[in-house]
Amino acid sequence: MLTEQDKQIIRELQNDLPLVRRPFGAIAEKLGMNEAKLIERIKLFIEDGRIRRFGAAVRHRDLGYVANAMVVWQVPDDRIREVGPVMAGFKEVSHCYQRPRRPEWPYNFYTMVHGQTREECEQVAERIARATGLKTYRLLFSTAELKKSSMRYFE
Amino acid sequence: MQFDAVDRKLLSLIQTEFPLAPEPYRELGDALGVPEEEVMTRLKALMESGVIRRLGGIFDSRKLGYSGALCAMNVAEERISEVAGVVNSFAGVTHNYLREDVFNMWFTVLAPTRARLEEILGEIRTRTGIQDILTLPAENIFKIRVSFDLD
Repeated sequence: MLTEQDKQIIRELQNDLPLVRRPFGAIAEKLGMNEAKLIERIKLFIEDGRIRRFGAAVRHRDLGYVANAMVVWQVPDDRIREVGPVMAGFKEVSHCYQRPRRPEWPYNFYTMVHGQTREECEQVAERIARATGLKTYRLLFSTAELKKSSMRYFE
Repeated sequence: MQFDAVDRKLLSLIQTEFPLAPEPYRELGDALGVPEEEVMTRLKALMESGVIRRLGGIFDSRKLGYSGALCAMNVAEERISEVAGVVNSFAGVTHNYLREDVFNMWFTVLAPTRARLEEILGEIRTRTGIQDILTLPAENIFKIRVSFDLD
């Protein structure tokens, strides 16, 4: 379980790290703990997976990855374990999730595909289709980003 | 914004190998062959221009006990900004994209409990009058990559 101090640490780490010589020292001071203890705690959070990654989140649109498609797939239940890792192995795929099928939306696999152009995204989807033998999929290109924010936990 | 070779290397390093050490900017500087002050100045510029959205911990919502779902609605063209206003008003809605399909508004919701998640979706239904919200929680996560190659 998370202690109150753990939650305080998490709240601080969802702010930008201060641009001072000893940023962890500055946070530790704010929380009334010592710098080495704080760094140790952060490393522990990374080890147990609560922190997936420590560092920068960048806007990929600014790095030239302007096209993004959510590709949705119909994967038979008995192929899920095999197909997941194959899709995840594509470097153009940033996210790969299995989600429940719905009567009005029978897709159960979701891959986010990033490329410099739409055509590039389409080609990636075709390559995934060939590699997996899956036939039923569609690409949903994003036409506008209405919101993109970082979650703030325990607030 | 234009990046030079040092910016690119810096962006690459801080996405994947941010030093968890008392003086991280000095260590980054050592790796790049530039002074600590320059690392801080460059980071400041990259943050102000929005290239770096955030510098800190990226958390696993599930491991923190949060519930989440990808959701989708079919919103009439003329109601998009109004409905987006309602949907985006919740802090737990972190991403919202328009996509070309019958379900055209796709957003993610995170909440401390499953019950709170349902409550948020209930409020969205009430305030928009749109009853049909596809709610698709992740059943299996095969990949989440949050860093991007710069080369």
